[in-house]
Amino acid sequence: MALDNSDIKRIAHLARIEISDAEADKTLTKLSGILTLIEQMQAVDTTGITPMSHSQDVVQRLRDDVVTAANQRETFQANSPAVENGLYLVPKVIE
Amino acid sequence: MEWEVVIGLETHTQLKTKTKIFSGASTAYGAEPNTQACEVSIALPGVLPVLNKEAVQCAIKFGLAIDAEIAPRSVFARKNYFYPDLPKGYQISQFELPVVGKGKVTIQVPAVGKNEAYEKVINITRAHLEEDAGKSVHGALEGMSGIDLNRAGTPLLEIVTEPDMRSAAEAVAYAKKLHELVQWIGICDGNMQEGSFRCDVNVSVRPKGTTELGTRREIKNLNSFKFMQQAIAYETQWQIDTLEDGGKIQQATVLFNPDTGETRAMRSKEEANDYRYFPDPDLLPLEITEADKAAVRAEMSELPEAMKARFESEYALSAYDASTLTSSKEVADYFERVIHAGGDAKLAANWVMGGVTAKLNAEDKSIADSPIDAAALAQLIRRIADGTISNNAAKQVFEAMWSGESDVDAIIEAKGLKQVSDTGAIEAMIDEVLSANQSMVEEFKAGKEKAFNALVGQIMKASKGTANPAQVNVILKEKLSK
Amino acid sequence: MINQSLKNLSQLLASKAVSSVEMTQTFLDRIRQYNPDINAYITVDEEKSLAQAKAADANIAAGTATTLTGIPFAQKDIFCAKDWKTTCGSKMLENFIAPYDAHVITQFNNVGAVNLGKTNMDEFAMGSSNETSYFGGVKNPWDLTRVPGGSSGGSAAAVAARLCAAATGTDTGGSIRQPASLCGFTGLKPTYGLVSRYGMIAFASSLDQAGPMAKSAEDCALMMNVMAGFDARDSTSLNHLKEDYTAQLNQPLAGLKVGLPKEYFADGLDGDVAKVIETAIAEYKKLGAEFVDISLPNASLSIPVYYVLAPAEASSNLSRYDGVRYGHRAEEYDDLMEMYMKSRAEGFGEEVKRRILIGTYVLSAGYYDAYYLKAQKIRHLIAEDFKAAFKQCDIIMGPTVPSTAFKTGEKTGDPIAMYLQDIYTIATNLAGLPGMSVPAGFSHDLPVGLQIIGNYFDEARMLNVAHAYQQVTDWHTAMPKGIA
Repeated sequence: MALDNSDIKRIAHLARIEISDAEADKTLTKLSGILTLIEQMQAVDTTGITPMSHSQDVVQRLRDDVVTAANQRETFQANSPAVENGLYLVPKVIE
Repeated sequence: MEWEVVIGLETHTQLKTKTKIFSGASTAYGAEPNTQACEVSIALPGVLPVLNKEAVQCAIKFGLAIDAEIAPRSVFARKNYFYPDLPKGYQISQFELPVVGKGKVTIQVPAVGKNEAYEKVINITRAHLEEDAGKSVHGALEGMSGIDLNRAGTPLLEIVTEPDMRSAAEAVAYAKKLHELVQWIGICDGNMQEGSFRCDVNVSVRPKGTTELGTRREIKNLNSFKFMQQAIAYETQWQIDTLEDGGKIQQATVLFNPDTGETRAMRSKEEANDYRYFPDPDLLPLEITEADKAAVRAEMSELPEAMKARFESEYALSAYDASTLTSSKEVADYFERVIHAGGDAKLAANWVMGGVTAKLNAEDKSIADSPIDAAALAQLIRRIADGTISNNAAKQVFEAMWSGESDVDAIIEAKGLKQVSDTGAIEAMIDEVLSANQSMVEEFKAGKEKAFNALVGQIMKASKGTANPAQVNVILKEKLSK
Repeated sequence: MINQSLKNLSQLLASKAVSSVEMTQTFLDRIRQYNPDINAYITVDEEKSLAQAKAADANIAAGTATTLTGIPFAQKDIFCAKDWKTTCGSKMLENFIAPYDAHVITQFNNVGAVNLGKTNMDEFAMGSSNETSYFGGVKNPWDLTRVPGGSSGGSAAAVAARLCAAATGTDTGGSIRQPASLCGFTGLKPTYGLVSRYGMIAFASSLDQAGPMAKSAEDCALMMNVMAGFDARDSTSLNHLKEDYTAQLNQPLAGLKVGLPKEYFADGLDGDVAKVIETAIAEYKKLGAEFVDISLPNASLSIPVYYVLAPAEASSNLSRYDGVRYGHRAEEYDDLMEMYMKSRAEGFGEEVKRRILIGTYVLSAGYYDAYYLKAQKIRHLIAEDFKAAFKQCDIIMGPTVPSTAFKTGEKTGDPIAMYLQDIYTIATNLAGLPGMSVPAGFSHDLPVGLQIIGNYFDEARMLNVAHAYQQVTDWHTAMPKGIA
């Protein structure tokens, strides 16, 4: 599964990371190396093996439906790059 | 060429919980922007989700209501995409293992024009739990959008159907039925204006008689049945026109514009999405045991399908009547209260589906606002059943009750509507009418059957509707045969 | 004072020989002196620390103090601490003031411990040398030309240079144990789920686990008593009975069965490091431990599996850094898409971007089964290997890292060489097992760590095993030259 430059561009776009052509070239070399390392997995026969998402075989705990959060808008928005009237501002969203 | 439209629905149902699906922030509608957006809602670094028990209960209720498989083990997955109203950059949803599996919803498609009403079963593919996104507010500042995350994290049950519907009427009937059902079982407030119940409609067309599905376009976020009807009609015609003009349908997500009645492709969805679903490592598998299901079932009131069957057997109602009366829990409960207050079942059904519904529709009211309570209607029905008043007279009493008068007997008395069943009195009335209408008597005797009905009409008129029509018939026949 | 155990520091405070303010000031002075060279701390706030120390002194005076009250700890900058700048080593969060406390921070606050500052780390914990930090690399106090390891490199250097009484770290693939080995102190990564992840900035959620970084096993045990415990806000937090991790410290080791995985002593292990480990094994034999050879046949696949799973989870975890609600936003952009693309390109460093791209790729349409699902299946095999091994032994031992601390810049151009640093540590993260690194000697004047791996929830026994060794050796009390 050899990668090429257009793959890097596509992945970077999916991940919303701007990448120049020069950076894409550099990234291609490094990513290809890492993917070669990852390819070692294909040598293992995993027929019939259950995928493991969690190390412990436990199930989801449920929370009571009780309001516990207070309004902390001012505190939270002290970290915000742009707010107006309590709203987070972004360039116009086009639907 | 004759075309067939194929429709499937995905409905986002906001669950009636106090708090969000993964945090303790309130879900109350209409708060100031971002005042119900806690650290989890705005996805601060380091925060984690914990599942709301009530949201799970709601999903179980729905699964039981549509007789579906409820997964003993379901899994939450991340759906990855960037959008400003999606604070984590992924939506927690369910992908491969949804909480509710295959089920069924039976719909009544109403008569339209020369097409008769009919029943149809719509197959539910799945229903899964997920979180709602926030909202983008436009126009606050030139060239900018404002993001309000109060809604972010509100629990949703997304209910997906098979592509089983073949007309806008079927799609709307399904949506209405589902809308009623989720309110019936108490998992959604059904408020479409506030976005509690939103439908995405997948529409495709194909030459009638073929089985392969055409390329579909998805109409997003319809929040009224009227818009759904219009949007499907427009979209169907647009697709047919496009194909007949030799064009091809491109898979797309479209929006309906209520002002123009048209649909248009969304710009933000132009690029193909690659959601990179994977199991959310922050959440563990959701386990639902038989005991969990039994506990929820025990809490649930009778479901519409069961109630419909019971109405048919217990009250000897037709399938259509039973189905109509169980289309809403309020109506069904009202109907049963009328019966429990002593109203005859068949009469109760007729009055609830007829007079009461007509009045409510005309005044755009729900049955909870009816000025005639169940006990009063039962009293009216008793007076019909025991022969005190005729059906015609009952209509007058009903009108008076609707305008606020309450005592049935007092109205009958005041209006002089009591039915005359005294043979002597009826005979006297008949004699009077016969002598005044000799020509009709002659016509009848000459073989004109119609004259009989005319005479009955005259007698009823003379009695101001109070004469017992059955008795009038019998005595009149007797007298004319002499 | 700076080389004292937590127990002794606690006694100094209890006997009022030293106040918490004095103790805290001593460490703050050392930070002023050494931090410009070592760069262990990203944020120091003397006022805040001293205010906590003052409050601790009041508690001590009022008789309401517990063991760790008034003792100054360094906190890895991955933990949100209310009103503290919390950067996670990234430009993305350069100016982020945490509005809430992580569970770990709350636990330390609740016992009246002092937060001495936020320590440097690889950006978003992605790295094994601390060189990916936006705030500059950290120097290894044993040799300033070398790296301290990573990702908890700041905490490691702070512990080694005695710039704190002890520190916290997090370990996703070895980030507590590898720096503990490279900097010569004791570090423990607990069983996954034992310490709540709430407020700990996520790297790879199914692997991340916080733990203590301290001079000795006894110090780690005292910290575990504070850090471990159920937290309802973390769905993966385990409802395990609260333990006293100091209770078993002095159990004799006679009859202890120790497994030596042959894969951990194969090619790639530095010969001098191997010698140190063998000497440590000999010491354990004297203590009565019995050794058995075991095998972890799938362990060699840990690195490929890890470099699928960790980047996949990370690519998703790091999507929230979009410049909308907090964090870095680019100065100039024409539209929303450009705002995202630029803010993220500028806010993340090279290694973080690389891992986001790998993660995005392995999850993307058409590759999920071949990469992600396959990795999860092999993860299961790796966990099964350990399960089988623990039928033969109580404890597993081996080297923590194949070699000693390397030179700054030596591996930055070669990500794969860097990834191999974690070859012996990653498997325990994949299995969710607890692992420790204990100072076991030196190779060319650089510390070497012995790794101890236990079964699930067996931390108390591991600490006992480490403590027994530390009663008969003094590697853990050795201090780097030049740090008086």
